Order: sequence, then structure tokens, then C-alpha cells
Amino acid sequence: LASHPATLAHHFEDSVQQRQAAELGMWLFLATEFMFFGGLFLAYLVYRVGYPVDPAERGYAAEFAAGSRHMDLVLGTINTAVLLTSSLTMALAVDAAERSRRAALIRLLSITLVLGLVFLGIKAFEYYHKYEEHLIPFAGLPFRYSETQQAAGMATYFNLYFLMTGLHAFHMVIGAGILSFLIWLAARSRLPAERAVIVFNAGLYWHFVDLVWVYLFPFFYLVTARTG
Amino acid sequence: MEHPQTRVYYVVFAALMVLLIATLVVAEINVGRAAFFVAALIATVKAALIVLYFMHVRYSQPLTWIVALAGFFWLAILFVLTLSDYVTRHAIG
Repeated sequence: LASHPATLAHHFEDSVQQRQAAELGMWLFLATEFMFFGGLFLAYLVYRVGYPVDPAERGYAAEFAAGSRHMDLVLGTINTAVLLTSSLTMALAVDAAERSRRAALIRLLSITLVLGLVFLGIKAFEYYHKYEEHLIPFAGLPFRYSETQQAAGMATYFNLYFLMTGLHAFHMVIGAGILSFLIWLAARSRLPAERAVIVFNAGLYWHFVDLVWVYLFPFFYLVTARTG
Repeated sequence: MEHPQTRVYYVVFAALMVLLIATLVVAEINVGRAAFFVAALIATVKAALIVLYFMHVRYSQPLTWIVALAGFFWLAILFVLTLSDYVTRHAIG
């Protein structure tokens, strides 16, 4: 322990072990996030493939298909591309942090943040459109299918849509906060290469949020639109 | 620790964009009931690229692989055991 640098916590042998421990801890957190979102994706599948109230009940596949026709495929595709691009700039930001390229780090983190905010803006526009179309089945709002035979299935589809994309958007808001904090740290020269694991772990979180959207997009926008 | 070249990130990004177009094309040509499985398969290929390259797992220590795999394994238990019940209930009647 003769040469113990200031950036190395005293309970670690060396900086490699410290970095690997931080990465491992982030993955443990992400494993719990898999289960968190996994339960909702499972609920979607159970309602879709079969919700056996009685043996004749075949699930809400037809209602989910009808529901997905209300989705804006163009905006959904643009948002997918925006999020995938933000993952690229985030990966490049981690690389810049590890190579001590401060200007590039600030620029790439800022682009990632702006792309994240563009995603949230488009999502908010979509939500408002659903409000105008009377497609919100909660909060006492008028729901256009409430008097039809499909009422239960359509309400299930839109409840899952708002719950799952809303929870995803909430994760995006947290991610935008983390990115803003990192930009502030980098601007004050407080993110040297020795502390790049902070940017790396923020990247893991950002990519995880991207990963969730990769499944949300086909589940709500795509497939059911043409198989119903 | 081993680091990928940034070129790798651009290649992965290009592959993800191609897969996004592929999933739209599949939805458009209407392959019937298989469509949902094809879309889920494409999403899983995209997810694997993100995890292995953007999330760096391919270059990480074996302990990280184990934790990441354990996360997916538990997710698989959740899905397989639950759905094996729901999708077979009608068969027994």
C-alpha cells in the first residue's frame, strides 16, 4: 500500500479491481431492473396470448391489434432511431472519458442529452394526441371504447401502453438528470480518466433504457398492427 | 482492460439501423401469425448487440458475464414457467 493514489478507495487492491467492482455493482442493479420491466412485459404477453376467465376466452390479441392501429408508426420509428443514435453517442462519450478527451466528452454527453429530450418531447406529443383522441382509459377521462364490447381489452391495451412507456419515460427523465450532472462535472474538470467508470456506469444505465425501448416498439407499435 | 475501437460502435450502430428497417419491412409484408415471433427475434438480436458492444459485456471480466447472464436466466424462469401455464390451459380444456 506504499503508493495509494487519491482516486483509489483504500479497500481496493488496485484501480482495476475498483473499476471492476463498480461495473459489477451496476450490473447487479440492472439485473433487478430486468425483473422490474420483465414483470410488465409478462403481463402484456399473458393478456395477449390468453386470459383464461373461461376456456373460450382467447386473450386480447384482437383488441391489442386494434389498439396498435392508434399508434403513430412514423413517430415510433423516429423515436427508435433517436434512441439508438443516443446510445451510439453515449458509447463514444465513455470512450472520450477513458481517453481524457474532455471537450469531446462534454460535446458527446450534450448530444446524448439533447437526443434523450427529443425522445421525451415526441413521446409527450404522442400522449397529448392520445388524450385528444379519447384513448386514455383512466383518471376519469372519456374513453372512446368504454361503451363497446371490446371495452375491457382496449382498456387493458392502453393501460399497459401508458404504464410501460410511462415507466420507460420516467427512466429517461432520470437518465437526462444523470447526463446533466455528468456534463456539469466534466465542465468543472472533475471527470478525469481515473474516474471514467462513472461515465461508463451512466452509459450502462442509458443503454439499458434503450434496450427496454427496443422491445416496447414492436410490442406496441408494430406487429399487432397487421396480424389482427 | 481491453477496449474496443470506436469503429466497432459505428458498425454496431449501422447494424441496429439495418435491423430497425428489417423489422419495419417484416411488419409491412405481413407474414401472418409468425410476425410477432419474427419481430421479437429481431428485437432480441438488437438487444444482444447493445448488451455485448454498447454495454461492453464482450470486453468485461467473466464475473460480469455471470451476473448479466443470471439476470437473463431469472427473467427466462419468469417467462417460461408462467407462459407454459397460460398457453397450455386451453389444450387441457
